Amino acid sequence: MAVETTTLPQIKGVKDVPYDELFVSGHRTCQGCESALVMRHMVKASGPRTIVLGSTGCMYVANTTYYTTPWVVPWMHTQLGASGSAALGTAAGLKVLMRKGKLKNEKINVIAFCGDGGGADMGIGAISATLTHKDYNCLVLLYDNESYANTDIQLSSQTPYGAVTTFSPSGTKKRLMHTRWKKNVPGMLAAGHPESRYIAAGCAAYAVDLMNKIRKALELGGPTFVHTLDPCPKGWDYHPQYSQELGHLAVECGIWPLYEVMDGVCNLTGPTRQIAEGRKKRKPVYEYLKRQGRFAHFADEDVEHFQAEVDKMWTEWLIPGVIPFTIPAKDQTILKIDKKALHEQKTA
Amino acid sequence: MAVQVKEREHSDVETEQLATGCEAIAEAIRLADVDVMAAYPIRPYDGVMQAAAKLIANGKMDVEYIVADGEHSQFEIVKHACAVGSRVFVGSSGVGWFYAFEAIAVTAGLRLPVVAICGNRALDDPGAFGTEHNDSLAVRDLGWLLPWAETAQEAMDLALMAWRVGEDKRVSLPVAIGLDGAFLTHSQQIVKIPTQAAVDKFLPRFDLGDRLLHPDNPITIAPQVDQDWLMEIRMQNDQAMRQAQTVIREAHADFKKLFGRGGASPFIDEYMTEDADIVFFGQGTLALPMKVAIRRLRKEGHKVGLVRLKWFRPFATEEITKCLTRFKAVGVIDRDYSFGSPYYGGVLYNEVRSALYSQEKRPTVVGFIAGLGGREIEQPMAQEIFEKTIAAASDIKSGDICHWIGVRS
Repeated sequence: MAVETTTLPQIKGVKDVPYDELFVSGHRTCQGCESALVMRHMVKASGPRTIVLGSTGCMYVANTTYYTTPWVVPWMHTQLGASGSAALGTAAGLKVLMRKGKLKNEKINVIAFCGDGGGADMGIGAISATLTHKDYNCLVLLYDNESYANTDIQLSSQTPYGAVTTFSPSGTKKRLMHTRWKKNVPGMLAAGHPESRYIAAGCAAYAVDLMNKIRKALELGGPTFVHTLDPCPKGWDYHPQYSQELGHLAVECGIWPLYEVMDGVCNLTGPTRQIAEGRKKRKPVYEYLKRQGRFAHFADEDVEHFQAEVDKMWTEWLIPGVIPFTIPAKDQTILKIDKKALHEQKTA
Repeated sequence: MAVQVKEREHSDVETEQLATGCEAIAEAIRLADVDVMAAYPIRPYDGVMQAAAKLIANGKMDVEYIVADGEHSQFEIVKHACAVGSRVFVGSSGVGWFYAFEAIAVTAGLRLPVVAICGNRALDDPGAFGTEHNDSLAVRDLGWLLPWAETAQEAMDLALMAWRVGEDKRVSLPVAIGLDGAFLTHSQQIVKIPTQAAVDKFLPRFDLGDRLLHPDNPITIAPQVDQDWLMEIRMQNDQAMRQAQTVIREAHADFKKLFGRGGASPFIDEYMTEDADIVFFGQGTLALPMKVAIRRLRKEGHKVGLVRLKWFRPFATEEITKCLTRFKAVGVIDRDYSFGSPYYGGVLYNEVRSALYSQEKRPTVVGFIAGLGGREIEQPMAQEIFEKTIAAASDIKSGDICHWIGVRS
């Protein structure tokens, strides 16, 4: 029984991006909302034969108000922590109905999205489980605006060190209320789910790269995962016109490395790759921090700490920004790990 | 989207087999050609998932069988599989049922006819594996249909009814069948397994119609409706629950015609009530010890009977009040609790009293809380229930009390 496949070729450049808009007007996201841009790129890349499941968060509440919808493709709400299960259940339903002949046999893309609260906090267990069910074709997309932005900007496990949120205000006695380092979600998922064929970190500021990552995930099939970093004017406290610029800075300062892990091979992409190869100089994190009101209370020592942690990601991690292990000097020869060689691995 | 459905191999001979309540339900899953089911372990409901897994492993049925990472995921998986047109099955027990609570709540709101069993179990802490109905009853206000089975046969029959009623477009609501933990989930009884041909006649293909989530039908499901629309949508759920009574009656009549089982009424099962002065009222497996007590009491000359509730939701108010007003007193036995409720009574007790409120002739309704945590209802307890009910029969106000039965001091 041959499955009719919709091929999603890699997009070669901006001019090669499909014209069709499948996420249109009819929503009320904020000006400069990068997450809304991720939604648009996501369905642009996947095409019309797609079912989208949206877990609770900004991209639910701000997008779908009854009697109007920006979704040209079928869309269904799922619970805050249920993006993984929604993807799995939908994919399983389609698969069995097609196998039994109850539904026309064709390729239908299944994408479930979640925010950082729904994905990195509450729903991480279900996403992890889904990434082990290799018989089902579905993509979980985590749009990360680094706070529970829909409920009034409360901190999540993706909120960066020291940032002000409504749950972590800066006060007279405590300058920093939030002192936990951001959870490394795509790295953790890539390391822990060897049968997932595709896990990637992207950013809407690098739109073509992001759309290609979504297409690769859907084309390779099985359960896959893409994590995007989305600057958020409301939560990060900056003028909406700088969203793209902040996305660029997050990558250029080395805070948000772009990469993909495809069939067990890790490729750094975009400027992240250039930095790793020494072709581009990593910008100081201060360039990124100073542009956002949520870091306005930072003292010099806070900036230094932030810089030191990011430096560690680049100088000590097994794979910069991806795998956070360091190897003792005495073992370097035993493990024979050549970081340079890792970076130069060819794309499959 | 219409395509040829594949023929399934099946036997045309009705068979009998020794089966637990869980195994009987597994046979119903096979006969109903369920598409997706999601499992997660918790005693005692999980016997059904074990039995179903064996049927799948032995090639007896073709189901997408997903072992989930928790009850919340279990119920979310089947909810979403249902939204793309799959017939689904799921289940849980006790605190596991509560772990899934968010998904359980939205399934009813979404009007998706998920069929579940709740293998009734006490809510830990303190730990207890045995029967208590508070797990199922916690969803009583949400729009789930809640039938309760007495025997393994009835468990299987109710499961087939559940897909038929829940998936009916006039209803489109989820169903959770109550199975008393251990007493029913794990006790073997002779069960008649119907033929596939008969089941196919009874159970039409699941069709979500224009609510199907599919690229050919690009709808947006469950957007934010807020105060603008929520009341209208809640009222539709209310109307669906009202319709459910009619649909259950129809399904029950068809079921009787095809399989010859189901009793006189779909909603209640009466035992030795014709000339009864007083009756016991309850649901699930407590019918068995109470029937034993009734036969003994009848020998002693007491006119006593049993009314067993088969569907808690929808509550067949008219039929139940018509039945219960025939008696002088009703002893309601709750295998549940509702702390701080009116007269500190159980859930059934207050439901029955509320239903009877506007009746001109009302029986005395006495409340009993018994058999919690799977404690067996023994004959001395049944005797105590009888004595307290008959003592209250002459004075309606003496029903304003709820007795805990068989409790050590």
